[in-house]
Amino acid sequence: MPVAIFLALWEIVARQNLVAGQFFFPPFSVVVQEFYSLTASGVLGDNFLSSLLRVLIGFSAGSIVGIAGGIIMGWKDIAHKALNPIISLFYPIPALGWLPLLMLWIGINEMLPVAIVFICSFFPVLYNTVTGIRNVDEDYVQAARTLGASDMRILATVVVPLALPNIFTGLRLEAGMAWRVIIAAEMVAIPTGIGALMMRAESLIRIEIIIVCLIVLALMCLSFERFFAFLEVKATAKWR
Amino acid sequence: MPRIELKNISKHICQGVNLEILNKELLVLLGPNGAGKTTLLNVIAGLTDYEGSVVFDCEPVDKVVASKRRIGYLFQDLVLFPHLDVSANIAYGLKAQKLPQSKIEARVEELLQMMKIQHLSSRYPKHLSGGEKQRVALARALALSPEVLLLDEPLSSLDLQTVKHLRTELRQLQRRLGITTLYVTHDISEAEEIADRIAVVRNGRVEQVAQPEEVFFYPKNEAVSDFIGAPNILECDSCRELEHGVVEANCGGLPIIVAHEGNSVRRIALLPRDIYVSETWPPGPGVNRFKGTITKTKYIDDAVRLEVDVGKTRLVAEMAHHLFEETGLAVGKEVFLILKLRRIRAYEPRGDGGK
Repeated sequence: MPVAIFLALWEIVARQNLVAGQFFFPPFSVVVQEFYSLTASGVLGDNFLSSLLRVLIGFSAGSIVGIAGGIIMGWKDIAHKALNPIISLFYPIPALGWLPLLMLWIGINEMLPVAIVFICSFFPVLYNTVTGIRNVDEDYVQAARTLGASDMRILATVVVPLALPNIFTGLRLEAGMAWRVIIAAEMVAIPTGIGALMMRAESLIRIEIIIVCLIVLALMCLSFERFFAFLEVKATAKWR
Repeated sequence: MPRIELKNISKHICQGVNLEILNKELLVLLGPNGAGKTTLLNVIAGLTDYEGSVVFDCEPVDKVVASKRRIGYLFQDLVLFPHLDVSANIAYGLKAQKLPQSKIEARVEELLQMMKIQHLSSRYPKHLSGGEKQRVALARALALSPEVLLLDEPLSSLDLQTVKHLRTELRQLQRRLGITTLYVTHDISEAEEIADRIAVVRNGRVEQVAQPEEVFFYPKNEAVSDFIGAPNILECDSCRELEHGVVEANCGGLPIIVAHEGNSVRRIALLPRDIYVSETWPPGPGVNRFKGTITKTKYIDDAVRLEVDVGKTRLVAEMAHHLFEETGLAVGKEVFLILKLRRIRAYEPRGDGGK
């Protein structure tokens, strides 16, 4: 309902020319028309698919490596001691900060945005996984040990399940962040994708295309975050 | 089920502890918080490194990891796995042993029935009451038919009514299964009710190991006596039955009426807080009322402890701070003592002539 009111107000304000410079503020209906024509021509679809693929590959790889690394670092003290100082050093660097370096190392090709999304996902997911694993109460591990479970079994059946809430927090936050980062990377350095489309629209002063792209971005951020929130509820709601 | 020996165990506060737990016995480790009781359980379970040796039936198990020691451990906080339902919690150890699914299911069902918790099988721990959690945790600990059961203050978080009920059940179950059991508590009455023998632990040392009555009537030293409430203990040299269940014993030169079945009371014990102090001769029959002189006063936590000489016998009584100050009692003053009849405990040796 609030969204419908917002869209109606948008339409009225733009149509009644209540904002100076109507050219820069198209009504919602014009944006919808543009959405349709961009979709029909395949421009939006192609660029969207490019971005989606980069996010999926980069985010999946970053998350899998982050979770695996996080489990090892969280479970084995020696790995934590060895790697934590390095991770702590790299973690605060914003993902886009790596862009100039990666442009030189990797070059401007499909690997570049994937690598940026990988970095964007890897560090926070790793950090949250380590925190989750290390926060599991030692008493649960001891209890499982007295019940005859091996270390690997304890890890798989007690520690990781109990760390899931933390792991999902990392995934949920970074699923949205991956989209924000990919758009920024495409705007700066990559000629295809939603971000690049926005930059081209900007140079042609096509406000409605920019707004279409922003709406697509918002919807993707939201649905990725919601997807992981849904998975988290599925996996942990029964017992939390 | 094994006999357990702790030989010269050192870990944290515990230094050079020696202790023997007999086959099928329920030994209570009794002591204040921080005495080292849980540390000793963890040593037996193999959950911590330690110096010294743990022996099960003449076989040292120091090199045996926790998962192979065949121990059922009921932790103080119960530590049910929150992400597993009741059945899965109970089945955890059985699955870890990779038993066939049919056997696991049968055993879980058996334990659910034994602990009378069939109706809870698919609930998660967050939906269980304290007593229910306790039963589930015990079922889980018993699932692998352990040879040794370690219980770390298992009833400390429950209400009094549930505690009484579960304590009795626990005792019956332990006897029925014949598991060598160590039970940790800081509650003397709980220890007396449940124990075959009590080991009093203080500051990481085992001060005394004996049957409950013996700990109470023959505390080995001041530390033990203090922990059980520093009871007045009087030797009795004669005793006659007044009527069934009531005897008059001559203890420390005082004729004391005791509610007791039997006619050879050897010792009586009475906690200082169970002696009422009055400035004037209290009304009522002159039973268990004595006149004495205060010889010493000492402030303890929330009370004042008075040493009163009654003839040649010294009794220790306790008064609340404010009462003591209101009455203006002091060393040298005469007072009247009333020994609360129902609180007097009598010790009569059983057959073997006692201590």
